[in-house]
Amino acid sequence: MSLAKISSVSGRAVAVPGNDIDTDRIIPARFMKCVTFDGLGEFLFYDVRKNADGSDRSHPLNDPRFKGATILLSGANFGCGSSREHAPQAIQKYGFKAIVAENFAEIFFGNCTTLGMPCLSAKREDIAILSAAVEANPGIEVTLDLVKQEIRFGGQRISATLRDSARDALVNGRWDAIGELLEGRNAVAVRARTLPYLAA
Amino acid sequence: MAQSLFQKVWNAHAVRTLANGQTQLLIGTHLIHEVTSPQAFGMLRDLGLKVAMPHRTFATVDHIVPTDQFAEPYRDPLAQAMMDELRRNCAQFGITFFDRSTGRQGIVHIVGPEQGITQPGTTIACGDSHTSTHGAFGAIAFGIGTSQVRDVLATQTMALAPLKVRRIEVNGRLRPGVYAKDVILHIIRVLGVNGGTGYAYEYAGNIFDGFSMEERMTVCNMSIEGGARVGYVNPDETTFAYLKGRPYSPKGEAWDKAVALWKSYASDPGCAYDDVFRIDAADIAPTVTWGINPGQGISINESIPDPRNAGAPDEKASIEEALAYMKLKPGAPIKGTRIDVAFLGSCTNGRLSDFREVARFVKGRKVAAGVKAIAVPGSQIVALQCEKEGIDKVLSEAGFEWRAAGCSMCLAMNPDKLIGDQICASSSNRNFKGRQGSITGRTILMSPLMVAAAAVTGQVADAREVFSLNN
Repeated sequence: MSLAKISSVSGRAVAVPGNDIDTDRIIPARFMKCVTFDGLGEFLFYDVRKNADGSDRSHPLNDPRFKGATILLSGANFGCGSSREHAPQAIQKYGFKAIVAENFAEIFFGNCTTLGMPCLSAKREDIAILSAAVEANPGIEVTLDLVKQEIRFGGQRISATLRDSARDALVNGRWDAIGELLEGRNAVAVRARTLPYLAA
Repeated sequence: MAQSLFQKVWNAHAVRTLANGQTQLLIGTHLIHEVTSPQAFGMLRDLGLKVAMPHRTFATVDHIVPTDQFAEPYRDPLAQAMMDELRRNCAQFGITFFDRSTGRQGIVHIVGPEQGITQPGTTIACGDSHTSTHGAFGAIAFGIGTSQVRDVLATQTMALAPLKVRRIEVNGRLRPGVYAKDVILHIIRVLGVNGGTGYAYEYAGNIFDGFSMEERMTVCNMSIEGGARVGYVNPDETTFAYLKGRPYSPKGEAWDKAVALWKSYASDPGCAYDDVFRIDAADIAPTVTWGINPGQGISINESIPDPRNAGAPDEKASIEEALAYMKLKPGAPIKGTRIDVAFLGSCTNGRLSDFREVARFVKGRKVAAGVKAIAVPGSQIVALQCEKEGIDKVLSEAGFEWRAAGCSMCLAMNPDKLIGDQICASSSNRNFKGRQGSITGRTILMSPLMVAAAAVTGQVADAREVFSLNN
């Protein structure tokens, strides 16, 4: 299985500010009644983006200035709560390619990485600078550099980190582990034999 | 060298180091349910792969099952489709499925322990963040996403980096009316909703030594609400007594061998921790949430926070957002807040001991007029035992609706939902915006007995007063 090597992501950005944005908010549970991930994109942030009658509420994703943005900016503890992969799937299927936040909930971070969607952590004040630049000029090109661990936009640069294992996996095109895990089949069998509870 | 349980169990299950530095970790027990598994089976089929260890994979159905309808087809065709899909996948890949017809169905985190599938020194994964529950037995248990469900189905392993370990010691004496739920709500309040990111929590101290398995499960269940993907208690005689004689527990000679092995996994005295945090049990009061995340909790006698007293601008904004959503007044007492719904159940507090405790105190009392109260056992076995003990009758006579096993009103994937801006006293684990199924619905998390107190008074109340618990 050949995977893309993701060493940078460039595009326009949109800020969805706030801390502790949970996975129920990212994708409300009722949209998880499905047996495939297809079509989840349209339900991203549904309950904060839409009124009960389906009309739009005021939300950055409804703002035409940010239409087509591929980089999502947010606050601390982004993606907390449920382990539902439906959350990163909805973000990715909506069109996002990467997320920048102060920090991420553990399970969500792993889920995003496995989908080849980098989650970069930056300082609160740096995200504020980036968000202000995007607000002032929504067309501004933002580049996330995974190798240099920095974000460049309009002549400015801020640092942004990514834990080593995730960076390695993305940059070297091994973010989906299944191929490598399958290769370890024999070693798995050897290990399994040492654990009595695994006996068939 | 002295090691923690986490290190020992991790090392016993580490297969090899992957190219990116993560570990290929053997997952001994894989629990699956209808919501996060169908896509994984789809991926498996696309890749032409089989399930590596079907005998170590166990399924049940919990999120979408209606608790007031047993016969299929379900009224909701999407729910029925998910049920059918799980049934088909289990049949095709040879996986044991605790379907409703088996009498052993229930919330996945209640079924595993009940069946003796959850054992000390094992690794357990499930596509559900509350998998941390199983850590109560001294297992390393955590929630995973659907792509990882696929990985575990296909290889019985996944790629993971080890966690740091924070030991949380609670010592002293819990005051009357203070329960395991209050202990974990207090821990999350003190350490924060993301305080545990990157950590496994090891719960210890005389309070945990004295806790029953069900109490330990309540605490471990909500580890993830504090950001910790894993939470565990070292296995001891309480653990072994619980497991003895369960359907999947080892038998005869194998039992003695297993117990010896299980004991060896407990953290060694003097082992190193990345962090240690100590709590005095006497500082813990009956705790309720006032906001929109589980860290926004206060003791029942405290006032709702006022954003004007907030430290950082961030904190001010988050209090304001929470109060606007909850429609609560800053500075007002939380006690006395009117409630519309009382929910007893969930993987946090849907076990036999929870219903026993509530029944003991609500016997002869009545749910307040205008309050909808539902009691939802966490499994068919819990339901049956409650019915044998007459707990269902006590609760029904008090005005609770006695339902069939499932996740119910914890998460809004079945017909049990809040309506409009109803406010719910809930024994569940999350108070996120919209969590209980209405985009303006409001949740106040608390212990089961506090839910009972709210149900009979129609308002957030101190169970110690309502049920005369003070010594």
